Amino acid sequence: MEDQIIIEAEELTKKYGTQIAVNHLTLQIRQGEIFGFLGPNGAGKTTTLLMFLGLTEPTSGKVRIVGSDPKREPLRVKEKVGYLPENVGFYDDMDARQNLRFIARLNRIPDKVSSSKIDELLQLVGLFEEATKKVGTYSKGMRQRLGIAEVLIKEPKLIFLDEPTIGLDPDGTNRMLNFIRSLSREKNITIFFSSHLLDQVEKICDRVGIMIKGNLVAIGPIQELAQKKLGVGKEHYTLEELYMKYFKEA
Amino acid sequence: MHGLFTLFRKELEDHFSSVRFLLISALIVMVGVIIASMVGMSIQEESKGMAKPTLLFLWLFTSTGKLFSFVQFIGFFGPLIGIFLGFDSINRERVSRTLSKLASQPIYRDSIINAKFLAGMTTIAIVLVGIVLIISGLGIRLIGVVPGSEEVLRLVIYVIISILYISFWLGISILFSVVFRSTATSALASLAIWIFFSFFVGLGAGFMADAVAPVSQSGTNVDPNVLIRHEEVQRTISLASPMVLYNDATTTILDPTRKTTRGVILMGPLERLSLSRFQNPLPLLQSVIIVAPYLITIVAITFLCFGVCYLVFMRQEIRTV
Repeated sequence: MEDQIIIEAEELTKKYGTQIAVNHLTLQIRQGEIFGFLGPNGAGKTTTLLMFLGLTEPTSGKVRIVGSDPKREPLRVKEKVGYLPENVGFYDDMDARQNLRFIARLNRIPDKVSSSKIDELLQLVGLFEEATKKVGTYSKGMRQRLGIAEVLIKEPKLIFLDEPTIGLDPDGTNRMLNFIRSLSREKNITIFFSSHLLDQVEKICDRVGIMIKGNLVAIGPIQELAQKKLGVGKEHYTLEELYMKYFKEA
Repeated sequence: MHGLFTLFRKELEDHFSSVRFLLISALIVMVGVIIASMVGMSIQEESKGMAKPTLLFLWLFTSTGKLFSFVQFIGFFGPLIGIFLGFDSINRERVSRTLSKLASQPIYRDSIINAKFLAGMTTIAIVLVGIVLIISGLGIRLIGVVPGSEEVLRLVIYVIISILYISFWLGISILFSVVFRSTATSALASLAIWIFFSFFVGLGAGFMADAVAPVSQSGTNVDPNVLIRHEEVQRTISLASPMVLYNDATTTILDPTRKTTRGVILMGPLERLSLSRFQNPLPLLQSVIIVAPYLITIVAITFLCFGVCYLVFMRQEIRTV
């Protein structure tokens, strides 16, 4: 099961009018991987995510997510896939538990099952003490952690994280990254980590893909890419050097 | 279906716990009770010592009293209930970024908009049934008449038409909430449509009629053909307003002595003769037949409005930003 392919995209293209947002994207991601999806703002990262989720229809090309086509069987994909959007939103007049219960209900989890699970998840993300506060009063970091809890409640096989650490303080960022890593290692959840914060990606990702202006210009383990691009035998490299090199060439 | 039910339940909870809903239903109940008690007391006074005429009970709803009748009040004010319940339904979720989250849950996308519409309709139904029951109760106490089966049936039809009519406005406001990103814009746009139909269509109809078939105000011997043409044009244009449709339909349903929706000028001589000869109230079925085109139109525009709303929403891109 270790090598099962979770995301498979083939020649995936999305055009808005004449503008090409994503240009013939082809990639494969295996189960349990943490995949870093890099690129400047407006490179088409979010559009790619939305196509993977079936929230946007691709102009052409094929996608298979956990064995299903998000266009044909959107519900099957959404059952198994969690998505944490950038700046996740909640119903601010409800408390954390009510928000989680609502999402659990939408995922057909009966209240009896979900109530113990909700407590468990709130413990896990460290919001148990604040569970009865209205989400409107939550800080940015707390909202992000609640977002993770919300994604985990459906026990996904694959999680899409869109800039999950943006706006978090250094401590919060570190905790979030460690948490993401533990999800992958302990629960074997595949993580698709979209970000433009290179140091974070370098810390936790097994493989990266670099997207610039709608094109996937590089894909592979960081070390491999570095050897290819910066020359064999170079001992000290950073992802930033690598990224800037690709960025200038594009 | 599962997602639809969960969303429906949440929407309903939201409606009933919102201050907005409390305010507007309190206002309607208040005005309804005031109108009903005024009308009820005047009926009580007028019918003292007389045999009570048939279908007196329905007067509670149609009699204008000193201000306006309950039917007119709902015709004018009902749209506001629909608008208030719907104007921020989609774009509020967009602004608070919960829409993309909802869409990434395993539910069909149309269940989001269906649930909003159904929850709105249910809320409207509850408010209307409530207020009609309150007025009926008050009326029974005040005028001492218990409604017969035909009166109850007429009231039921009236409530159903009213629910559809207000749902039409709910549809308009949900449509604007899908189209416009800002809640203020969608609220103002819905209010603009409401004002347009309640005031300007009437004004426009008069203006057009004057332009097409001018009737001089001072002239004593007006050509009857011109007069009829004037009236016809005015009537045709004013029927474009759902308020006119609703008012005509409901007053005919609730008032069995109204045998036509047309004014005296537009009636033929035989029709006028038969109206003056036969004074008995119409049976329910005949009243329904008279306003059938109105009823069908109200149903049609409500569904059309929801259909457009559904289409626009389903084709729209759900983006986080």
